[in-house]
Amino acid sequence: MSISKKPSHDASFVQKYVFSTDHKIIGIQYGLTSLFFLLFGFGLMMIMRWQLAYPGHALPVMGTIFGENNMPGGIMLPEFYNQLGAMHGTIMVFLGVVPLGFGGFGNYLIPLQIGAKDMAFPRLNLLSYWIFFAAGGLMLASFFLPGGPTGNGWTSYPPLSDLAHDGQSIWLVGMFLIIISSLFSSINFIVTIFQLRAPGMTFERLPFFIWAQLVTAFLLLLAFPPLEGAAFMQLMDRLLGTSFFLPSGLDVSGQVLTNISGGGNALLWQHLFWFLGHPEVYVIILPALGIVTEIIANNTRKPISGFNYMRYSVIFLGFLSFIVWSHHMYLTGMGTNVTAFFQTTTMLVSIPSVIIISGLFITLWGGSIRFNSPMLFALAFLPMFGFGGLTGLPLGLATTDIPLHDTYYVIGHFHYVVAPGVIFAIFGGIYYWFPKATGRKMNETLGRLHFWPTLICMNLVFFPMLIQGIAGVNRRLYDGGESYLFMHDVLYWNVIISWAVWVMAVAQIPFIFNFFWSIFQGEKVTSDNPWEATTLEWAAPTPPPHGNFTKKITVYRGPYEYSLEGASKDYSPQFEKDI
Amino acid sequence: MGILKYIFPMQPLASVEGRDIDTLMYLIHGLILVLFVGWAVYFIVVLIKFRKSNNPKVQRTSSASKISTMVEWGVAALEFLLLFAFSIPFWAVHVASKPEYKNVLEIRVVAQQFAWNVHYAGPDGKFGRASAKFLDDNPLGLDPDDPDGKDDITTMNQIYVPVNKTILISLTSKDVVHSLGIPAMRVKQDVIPGMSTTVWFTPIKKGQFEIVCSQLCGLGHYRMRGIVNVVSQMDFDRWIQEQKGNHD
Ligand code: HEM
Ligand SMILES: [Cu+2]
Ligand SMILES: [Cu+2]
Repeated sequence: MSISKKPSHDASFVQKYVFSTDHKIIGIQYGLTSLFFLLFGFGLMMIMRWQLAYPGHALPVMGTIFGENNMPGGIMLPEFYNQLGAMHGTIMVFLGVVPLGFGGFGNYLIPLQIGAKDMAFPRLNLLSYWIFFAAGGLMLASFFLPGGPTGNGWTSYPPLSDLAHDGQSIWLVGMFLIIISSLFSSINFIVTIFQLRAPGMTFERLPFFIWAQLVTAFLLLLAFPPLEGAAFMQLMDRLLGTSFFLPSGLDVSGQVLTNISGGGNALLWQHLFWFLGHPEVYVIILPALGIVTEIIANNTRKPISGFNYMRYSVIFLGFLSFIVWSHHMYLTGMGTNVTAFFQTTTMLVSIPSVIIISGLFITLWGGSIRFNSPMLFALAFLPMFGFGGLTGLPLGLATTDIPLHDTYYVIGHFHYVVAPGVIFAIFGGIYYWFPKATGRKMNETLGRLHFWPTLICMNLVFFPMLIQGIAGVNRRLYDGGESYLFMHDVLYWNVIISWAVWVMAVAQIPFIFNFFWSIFQGEKVTSDNPWEATTLEWAAPTPPPHGNFTKKITVYRGPYEYSLEGASKDYSPQFEKDI
Repeated sequence: MGILKYIFPMQPLASVEGRDIDTLMYLIHGLILVLFVGWAVYFIVVLIKFRKSNNPKVQRTSSASKISTMVEWGVAALEFLLLFAFSIPFWAVHVASKPEYKNVLEIRVVAQQFAWNVHYAGPDGKFGRASAKFLDDNPLGLDPDDPDGKDDITTMNQIYVPVNKTILISLTSKDVVHSLGIPAMRVKQDVIPGMSTTVWFTPIKKGQFEIVCSQLCGLGHYRMRGIVNVVSQMDFDRWIQEQKGNHD
């Protein structure tokens, strides 16, 4: 069966590259859009870090472009700080990292890695991207509202968010769209993985990346609907006068609120939010673990150690992630039994996580390690992500959460997971699959120039936050802690952190340059399988045409058969019959 | 030990109950340190020993996985030890239940954007009734006709307490979610409108200790600061008398 006519020549540019149903184009669209949002969210943080390092000083050079409402004379107002913070969190999570790992890498690679022509529902896929795009546009547009975007944290706790200005409504509608888009994608991914595997691609032979994406899709499918409901309820509270989250008798700024019906429960939102919020963490992490696993197997030239355990662990992790959400809420007034339950599940989660990370660490032993750019990022992921996980333990124990909750310790902890952790995995993935998507490799020297400064800066940014957190510096403080005497001993870190953030921004220039330059000028690959890898995407032509494969794909073995005894070369691809 | 001040700068402890929290903080961070250093050493060795130039040919068998399995179980065991021996009992005794002693001073704190209203029962030990009706007259809404409220004392952002006496604070909020954090006392408790929560501690040092609002509550969140003034019992009694004097 020879697949795929070339897209008929009358397919217009718009059909081919804008409203395409090809999973690869959609994947690249997701990828570029979310890379833009990552950069944007990072930009917001760069501005915030000026205020934290030099509270009350006018922002140099670009201070005035934000307008008198936000930064009169270049000096940031607290409202604007809160808005930037809330939008940083929202954009990074919902418009940056998740759509990149799931929408971008998932779309591009899932059909290729399982030997399918496309997703099960290509048009649903198209719809899903454009809904996501609209949501992103809406979130950006909220910056231009008279009152600015939402400023209530990415968590939007009522009553504050119920009573806030219009930016909050836009945020809710944006979230609503993001959730619809994710639900479409997750259904699509699940059906594709179950139904469209090439002959011979049994579940045992699925690469870890696919397992990770499958579990991610289930998490999105099952965890997002409660937040969809909650977002709707909050929107009704705001627009239709309901009081799902507003208790009776609120007295705001000396005014008893008489225009609300009352009788609601503010805590309810927190439960609904974190019921998604925690699985969302795994939605962020799992695609990254998938990417890193592929890169490590390829560059150690070894099978993944304990692959079986890793597979079960990722499923177990998926289940457990649904029953830990209240560890974000220990201090809301919980009794002993409830906290005991959630502390226990939280400690349990660490077991499959450790198994997965250990599997990757042990794979390195005995390998013949190639240090190329993808591998550097994948390797750095391990200790950084591991450290992020370890610093989660004191937050998972309710007792030590008391001094640490809502401090910069939390910010340091989860940023170790998402920034030098997940973002590094994503960088590694871009360097690794770039040749498949473009036919050219990214430049190695620039890759190193990107890697080392970024790694150092990441640690200079996030390690001090842990120290500040232990000293009791709270997060979400507009003046970085100046108002509190007891914080003064650790405030010198604010300047160091901020400068590290700005230097890190400079360190992204080699990457951005490399990315665009290599599309046109990078070293051409001479084979469809330049990394000598084993999984199916490397059987497709480079770049893969609409429909992906030009020859019939049959799968003969597991995903990581490197350095097999008696094989003619040190890799035995899944798609080759003879080893 | 000096370096600990820079990398582990916990606030000097000022309460009885916080000692257990500190112990657990040190234990768990010790565990983190040991694990991370262990991993890091392994990692560096592996990256040198098995780089392609040092190890051109892959060795597929290894004993590393046995050791790692043992480490994994060991870590899990330690985590559960800390959980069951420290964390759960601490919560049961110090957070989820009220202090057992008789000699407790009860205070009410009502949070609002962006201040802490403090309410003492006064010499009669009885809190006066509060109602939204009277919020226009005073920030706590105290009923001027309630005899129990006649000797009540109210302050804003300043809590006065005697040293070595257990302080039980009942918390409510008038508007949005706040959180009463007193780092030196190792307590933090969310204050959620529509709910009443409590927090308690026994100060062991005289001095001024800052209160930090620990939930985003709006544009003034960063300056929602209060002070716990821990004074001797004598000074405290005198303060109560003075306040009552002001009242009449
Ligand atoms: C590497 C660059 C990054 C830097 C320098 C950075 C820095 C920060 C800082 C300093 C805060 C605390 C602000 C405050 O509390 O006032 C923060 C908050 C946050 N960040 Fe990042 N971040 C980065 C990347 C990310 C990524 C990749 C994600 C998500 C996957 C993320 C998600 C968040 C979230 C959810 C918050 C909480 C926002 C809130 O308070 O509601 N950040 N970030
Ligand atoms: Cu507050
Ligand atoms: Cu606050």
